[in-house]
Amino acid sequence: MNRRILLAATLATTAGFAGTASAQTALSMWYHGAGGEVEGAIIRQIVDDFNASQSDYVVSLESFPQESYNDSIVAAALAGNLPDIVDVDGPVMPNWAWAGYLRPLDIDESLIENFLPGTKGYWNGELYSVGLWDAAVALYARQSTLEALGLRTPTLEEPWTKEEFMAALDAAKESGDFEYPLDLGMAWTGEWYPYAFSPFLQSFGGDIVDRETYQTAEGVLNGDAALEFGEWWQSLFADGYAPGTSQDPADRDAGFIDGKYAFSWNGNWAAVNTIEGGVDDVVFLPAPDFGNGSVIGAASWQFGVSAASEHPEGAAAFIEFALQDKYLAAFTDGIGLIPSTPTAAEMTETYKEGGPLNVFFALSEEQALVRPVTPGYVVAAKVFEKALADIANGADVADTLDAAADEINADIERNGGYGHQ
Amino acid sequence: MAAISSDNHGLRLVVRYAVLTLIAAIFIFPLVFMVMSSFKPDLQLLRDTSSFRAFLPVGDLSLDNYRDAFTRAPVATFVFNSVLVTGLTVLLSLLFCSLAAFSFVFLNWTGRSVLLSVILATLIVPFETIAIPLLLLVSKLPWIGLDGFQIGWLNSYRVQIIPWIADGLTIFLFVQYFKDLPKELIEASRVEGASWWQIYRKVVMPLSGPVLATAAILKFLVMYNQYLWPLIVVQQESYRPVMVGLQYFFQLDTAWGEIMAYLTVITVPVLAFYLVLQRAFIASIASTGVKG
Repeated sequence: MNRRILLAATLATTAGFAGTASAQTALSMWYHGAGGEVEGAIIRQIVDDFNASQSDYVVSLESFPQESYNDSIVAAALAGNLPDIVDVDGPVMPNWAWAGYLRPLDIDESLIENFLPGTKGYWNGELYSVGLWDAAVALYARQSTLEALGLRTPTLEEPWTKEEFMAALDAAKESGDFEYPLDLGMAWTGEWYPYAFSPFLQSFGGDIVDRETYQTAEGVLNGDAALEFGEWWQSLFADGYAPGTSQDPADRDAGFIDGKYAFSWNGNWAAVNTIEGGVDDVVFLPAPDFGNGSVIGAASWQFGVSAASEHPEGAAAFIEFALQDKYLAAFTDGIGLIPSTPTAAEMTETYKEGGPLNVFFALSEEQALVRPVTPGYVVAAKVFEKALADIANGADVADTLDAAADEINADIERNGGYGHQ
Repeated sequence: MAAISSDNHGLRLVVRYAVLTLIAAIFIFPLVFMVMSSFKPDLQLLRDTSSFRAFLPVGDLSLDNYRDAFTRAPVATFVFNSVLVTGLTVLLSLLFCSLAAFSFVFLNWTGRSVLLSVILATLIVPFETIAIPLLLLVSKLPWIGLDGFQIGWLNSYRVQIIPWIADGLTIFLFVQYFKDLPKELIEASRVEGASWWQIYRKVVMPLSGPVLATAAILKFLVMYNQYLWPLIVVQQESYRPVMVGLQYFFQLDTAWGEIMAYLTVITVPVLAFYLVLQRAFIASIASTGVKG
């Protein structure tokens, strides 16, 4: 009798599990963070928590190395095997949406009302992606250096003007204590150039493309403001203020810590290493105001739903689930990124009010400007990168910016205006 | 002048060895840097790059980078995948390309010279130009395996092996080598009643050691260094090869020490393979030089 009861119970349990398994819809998710141990552990935790929290969907995760992630997505789109959930770099999102890789993200938008502006991926008036974190750039300096050179410490409310900034570089140069006054990170190529340097251009009053229409770069990338920016940019290298494109990558990573540079233009992701590297009195200063306000770049990796997904409601449910403050804070504590909400920031040691990196949250909130929200950005970014490198290497400023504007315009024309409405 | 030349014989020898040593050093130093750096912490590694210390086992040395590299990425899986894919492709390539070359050189059939020209013409086509069409093709190809019938080859070993078995360069190497084999041997074998398969297997291939070694090494290097193709056809980590795996180490803060440790580990199969075939490879190059 006991055996029969046991058998019946086993069958009932097995049938129950089988029923549960067959009712669950499988969702695939691709993520760009392969090789990031802490990051990987957090994203796996979110997936596990989501799978355990409901019985309708089960998400399976595949991680890719960041360097090759975009190529993998494009190849998968061509081959027709995109997953349900993807993560996408903020400035690339409009291109993927335009190309038909992504569908609008159908989530309760009240959930992201208090998110940092750079974490919300809108294109053509629709939300396509949302990020659990943002990144910000600041001017790294030592408090002791500022004091030794007799410099005012700039604040968010009162950043350095162009004149103050150049005076600071001159003071550092004249002190003879540094190989170069400023490290711009010229050794980092690729997206670093438009992300880190186009805010300078915007602060001068120019831009990569005209954001009113997104149909031309004429007048913004080669107008008077842009020319002024270009001349200033070239002078940084010609006059020995900053190492140029031949900068040793090792110096980019360790030069400021070693005292080779007085100032370093770097992202929040390098802050912890800088402090741990022995720079106890490091201060993170806001971008100088070159005439049109202080500007820094914005938008990091975000989650979206692929157009190929047969279960977009499930994919959106996962993304909504991932937007909880505890996960935002986990990414911040784990890998130092800026949490998307002030409530999540308060849950962290580094970004809470009074925390050592809290200034980055404020920078992101106050100064961040997303890169041009257009599918053509992926091409324009490369053109901009080449133009800046050429100018740094001594090319004629006006000719180079004219050529860059022409190239961007030709790309926009080739692609029928990229579908802007 | 003659006297000066004779007197300076020793000096010339010294200069010659100095130049040769310098050239050897140019090739060896990057490897020495890689191995030495793999034992150093990142900050020290970066600081040492500005001096000769970069090539010396000095400072804070440990195996931490190796431990961390194996923790960060499934290094053993990547190495296994690359060795498997490379090994199978090399073996199949040697077989099929030598058979094709045998046919081109020894068999008499209509259109062989035209077809050989077409195959050789593929040497000037960069792989990047056919990568996308090939991707679209393999993503639609059928396959019957242990899992039954399925459409699409993506995420598998076969998609990394089969498209790379036959290539113009390997066929060309075999054709050139077979052309120089004594025709009398082949004719005598035919007179003795040997089939073409027997001639291929028992006469031609036993004489083809040098070209086999050359073709194997060249193919090995191409396959072991594969990046673009596996990147676009393999999405599952369990099938990824070493070069795609290298990208795991380029994070927000690049782990230079771990990269050097990873590179040292993945260089071992290449060195082992080269050392095994070294003598035949040099013999092949040397004989090519004499003919030239």
